[in-house]
Amino acid sequence: MTDQQEQQSADAYSTSRETTEGTVYTVSGQDWDTLAAGLGETSDERIVVNMGPQHPSTHGVLRLILELDGETVTNCRLGIGYLHTGIEKNCEYRNWTQGVTFVTRMDYLAPLFNEYAYVAGVERLLGIQDEIPERANVIRVLMMELNRISSHLVALATGGMELGALTPMTFGFRDREEILDVFEMITGLRMNHAYIRPGGVSQDLPPGAIDRIRDLLTLLPKRLADLEGLLVGNAIWMQRTSGVGYLDLTGCMALGITGPVLRATGLPHDLRKSQPYCGYESYEFDVPTETTCDAYGRFLIRIAEMKESLKIVEQCLDKLKPGPVMVADKKIAWPAQLALGGDGLGNSLDHIRHIMGQSMEALIHHFKLVTEGFSVPAGQVYTAIESPRGELGVHLVSDGGTRPYRVHFRDPSFNNLQAAPAMAEGSMIADVIAAIASIDPVMGGVDR
Amino acid sequence: MSDAPDAPTEIDKHLPENRPPVPEPAAETIDVRRGMFRADGTGDTSGYGGLVRAIQLPGASQRPYGGWFDAAADQLERVLPDFGDAIEKVVVDRDELTLFVRRERLTQVMQALRDDPTLRFEMCMGVSGAHYPHETGRELHAVYPLMSVTHNRRIRVEVVCSDEDPHIPSVTSVYPGNDWHEREAWDFFGIVFDGHPALTRIEMPDDWPGHPQRKDYPLGGIPVEYKGAQIPPPDERRAYS
Repeated sequence: MTDQQEQQSADAYSTSRETTEGTVYTVSGQDWDTLAAGLGETSDERIVVNMGPQHPSTHGVLRLILELDGETVTNCRLGIGYLHTGIEKNCEYRNWTQGVTFVTRMDYLAPLFNEYAYVAGVERLLGIQDEIPERANVIRVLMMELNRISSHLVALATGGMELGALTPMTFGFRDREEILDVFEMITGLRMNHAYIRPGGVSQDLPPGAIDRIRDLLTLLPKRLADLEGLLVGNAIWMQRTSGVGYLDLTGCMALGITGPVLRATGLPHDLRKSQPYCGYESYEFDVPTETTCDAYGRFLIRIAEMKESLKIVEQCLDKLKPGPVMVADKKIAWPAQLALGGDGLGNSLDHIRHIMGQSMEALIHHFKLVTEGFSVPAGQVYTAIESPRGELGVHLVSDGGTRPYRVHFRDPSFNNLQAAPAMAEGSMIADVIAAIASIDPVMGGVDR
Repeated sequence: MSDAPDAPTEIDKHLPENRPPVPEPAAETIDVRRGMFRADGTGDTSGYGGLVRAIQLPGASQRPYGGWFDAAADQLERVLPDFGDAIEKVVVDRDELTLFVRRERLTQVMQALRDDPTLRFEMCMGVSGAHYPHETGRELHAVYPLMSVTHNRRIRVEVVCSDEDPHIPSVTSVYPGNDWHEREAWDFFGIVFDGHPALTRIEMPDDWPGHPQRKDYPLGGIPVEYKGAQIPPPDERRAYS
């Protein structure tokens, strides 16, 4: 036995076995020396590397199967499904309102977008989209735009980390936390809010929330400038991203790509502008585009979009007028109320007192609506909104009952990941990471 | 002058109040449910066991469809040979246009929808399966939402096939982006997309038996004890049918 083989057998995590396809090596990091020595024995230059699903730079539980010729990727295939949770199927066994609690967990970096896309579908099925109170719509836009910033911050943070830029990572997560604190104050949770409900939002903004958001609006521009200063024009960052992950307009159209990847080809396609929903037609904002078709362009677009979102949030605060936040129809409006107590958000004691001690009818109403839910007229709809990653579409079918008959999410990450081979094949293996990071897939949304 | 101020202009014709009334679509029964709590036999003591409810989805619409739908349908009729054979029915519901296409003609219809300059639906937003076990011979539906960036419009194409012959032609030759979406619909519903380059499972493990999002596939789950009571899994709980 040579020294090398002894070393190999001593390392339980770096083993090799013979298959019909050739020798298969298992490497778990920090044992590349062992592998490299073993590789000398094979004559074939072609090597297939299985990267992920547990790999820090694959943006979640994404598995990349890369065929390499030296350091050049000749073939790239993706394996997904590691985070499949059956949310769509589960929704068929809950009432329409409970569905919100499920769908918010799909794309976990943009929960409010999942909620709104689903709720918009339910509202269109019910035919109440014009009866949603103005204040509810403004709050929805406000929350979604804050969410867009927090999502883009994570995109930049993880993207930076994957390319070795650790300070942007700490900056991105730190600034996102400021936004999540506001979410926690308003919805009770940092993520998975179930805040946007069919008919409106689960509860009004708590006292002090507006001041908190105003503080955020003064803080975030400075923080964004810091982040921008670190990366925009940074020579190393540009070398890693510009010209990398190239996908032009033709490619985007063929593959159904939307979001920052599409806008980096110069097409100003944004559903908030082209097919406005939730009152977006009354806000002033621009749709940033780039013409570089590469990872750097997508990065610049995300930076610019965060600034546009701040502008929208500012306008939301000016538009907020006192009023109801839930549709007036008592057959749809969720009866339970939340209130901020000493230990956080919880059931409103006033509401509990009312149904348990004062009004039998209120208790029946509460019980009926919470256990059975409301019926939705039969039919199907497809609603689409502009999520941070592109077109988030929801296909809903109702059979006239109190539960969805079919819920399908067309998640932008799922669709956009298909572009990875087009972006990566022919490039260096290190550029695959930059390309995937520029798509910004969220595996919770991909696998649902 | 001939252009008197109150003469109807081209724009006036399209104002909502001047549009011809859109006829109500006929309903199409897909299922009939009895009782109230999906309990059979003696399990239901509520007295609601005799209820009968027909499950009806919006049926075929007659012209005029309203808005730009008529112009789009006319144009498709012009460019598509044998339109009546390819399009089973047109459903207009909730301001959305759905074309039910016979599966044999699907790729041809998609090609026309994509390539004709006045239709120009450049993007297909995937395909969503749906299972209607009580629609005999038409159990499986594949729903394709299409979007036109050029004209800023959306339509929906729906194709049906039966459980016995679950084949639908793949549209990946027209819309390559539907690759993963068709794999997903195969994985979850068992719809075989003929002509797909590699129709394999995508979300479930490769060796998974069955197609989980079909209605006859159980949700799964175990009873849970909560404060001394046994709570059955969600698909075995009492439900309002």
